[in-house]
Amino acid sequence: MATGERIDGVRSPRALVWERRRAAAGAHWAAFRHNRQGTVGLGILTLFVAVAVAGPMFIDQASMEPATADGPLLAAPSLAYPLGTDNFGRSMLSLMVQGARISLLVGFTAAMGTMLIGASVGITAGYFGGTRVDTVLNGVTNWFLVLPWIALAIALTAVIGPTLVNVIVVIAITSWASTARVVRSQALSVKERPFIERSRALGAGHRHLITRHVLPNVFPILFANAVLMIALAILSETTLSILGLGPADAISWGRIIDDSFSAGALSAGWWWWLIPPGLAIMSVTLSFTMVGFALDEVLSPRLRSR
Amino acid sequence: MGSRGYVARKLVQAGFTLAFVLTFNFFLFRVLPGDPVGLLAKSQRLTEADVAGLRAELGLDQPIGRQYLTYVGQTLTGNLGVSLRTARDVTATIWSRIGPTVLLVGLGTLFSTVIGIWIGIKGGWRRGSRFDTSTLYGSLALYSIPEGWLGMLLLLALSGALGLFPAGGFELGGRTGTARFVDVLDHLFLPVLTLTLGYVGQYAIIMRSSMIDVLGEEYVTSARAKGVPEHLVRRRHVVPNAFLPTFTLIFLNFGFVLGGAIVVEAVFSWPGLGLLTYEAINQLDFPVIQGVFLVSSAAVVVFNLLADVTYGYLDPRVRAA
Repeated sequence: MATGERIDGVRSPRALVWERRRAAAGAHWAAFRHNRQGTVGLGILTLFVAVAVAGPMFIDQASMEPATADGPLLAAPSLAYPLGTDNFGRSMLSLMVQGARISLLVGFTAAMGTMLIGASVGITAGYFGGTRVDTVLNGVTNWFLVLPWIALAIALTAVIGPTLVNVIVVIAITSWASTARVVRSQALSVKERPFIERSRALGAGHRHLITRHVLPNVFPILFANAVLMIALAILSETTLSILGLGPADAISWGRIIDDSFSAGALSAGWWWWLIPPGLAIMSVTLSFTMVGFALDEVLSPRLRSR
Repeated sequence: MGSRGYVARKLVQAGFTLAFVLTFNFFLFRVLPGDPVGLLAKSQRLTEADVAGLRAELGLDQPIGRQYLTYVGQTLTGNLGVSLRTARDVTATIWSRIGPTVLLVGLGTLFSTVIGIWIGIKGGWRRGSRFDTSTLYGSLALYSIPEGWLGMLLLLALSGALGLFPAGGFELGGRTGTARFVDVLDHLFLPVLTLTLGYVGQYAIIMRSSMIDVLGEEYVTSARAKGVPEHLVRRRHVVPNAFLPTFTLIFLNFGFVLGGAIVVEAVFSWPGLGLLTYEAINQLDFPVIQGVFLVSSAAVVVFNLLADVTYGYLDPRVRAA
């Protein structure tokens, strides 16, 4: 049909935009699939996420309560308890599955919070680059970059109390600054591009320019950064847990490490209690890092050309 | 702008950051939880009369502005309050714990940077070689291990199972001279190894990517084109320029190393600021937590200032920016 489109084939600008975005995402995915580091990481992560989502459904919750757990105390791995038991007689395998849910939850939500704060501050500062808004926001970002996160996190958690929600909030508050810095520099360069000026000439306001033009162009970098932040958040939760500031109301992998350490697993040689949670944290963090690096390579043209 | 202006600007910035830390500290511990007596009531049983008495004694019935000024005045004169648990002066307590931490963090940073930079140079120069690929994955794996857990693992294997090293602490005590020195080294070995392994990966990755960046620069091509031998290209043209960004990152990373040190000290009962913090957390000793927060933030700010000033000296382009 060379002569004109059918009338119902006319697409709205929004549909066109989404079509373009889908095509870009498809191209990125194709590039990502050829990155071995990224696909291996993604495979491991899918496994862990599946366990975290579906696993707890197969666990009898009564066996997870210290009061009602009925296994042998501190038993080494056996057929009945493949990863042994802890000091309450809970199956380590079940604890690890429960822990997967909490640790990944902390990772995802804390990273989301980090992105929310970091992206808002970074985009606003970058878009209003050179103005007083930028000076103030950039100053605050630099303050948070300089403060040692651990000292800040310890002080905050100690004051507001170590619950699951508080730990997530504290991690987000202490780690958004590096995201804001990355996003700001990207936003600074995006806002100088000609299409922004064209859009402004057509009467676009700040809000339209930020949400429709700056944000979509900053998004790829934000996405790669978010994946790396999940890894960092899980490590941060572990650090806080080992210091006794982990979520008191939920069992994460970090909490399991802390519990085993506090119970004297080192001197008593209860290796099955200490080793699995650390290995799990390490594999998940490594996978997120590999996926993050791969995304960085796929999404940022500067790296791809090298 | 001259270098004197540059240094002055950085000094003013550091001053502002310290003022921010001071104010933040005040709000975090005095305003957010109600006030220090509220925090104390959290950790101890207090009657209404006790609370009122303590409020008056600590000056918490004063207006907030005056409280702030008193707080700033006290902090600037080195008065960080009194520990809730030991009733000892917080400043003196922190002062007595700085030595072991400096020893641990200093040695850990020294080994991890020297080894990490060496790996980064070698890997980045021959990108894609077997050495490069294996060290890159090794670095990523090391970066992904929580330091505290790594320390526990080393303790479990080398101290618990094999009995090669002491299970923690600073020294056995009762020794002098060379015997004491050897004893302290024996206790120092595993914590330093943990910190070194925990951070060597990051430095290797940073130095490697910096090397790769510089290798793409035109002046490297020019150097090769005019016939400079490869080992001289590497030593004179690539490494010095690749080292610059790594250098700042080492200083910027100092805050993270400090965090790692807190966990490592807790695991190895190494009697520095980290163990002090760990004990203070478990006993809800807020004046000590507050003091450590202030001192460690100030240390990081000073280190960043040093990094900026040295960087400006090493790279003249920065001074003009």
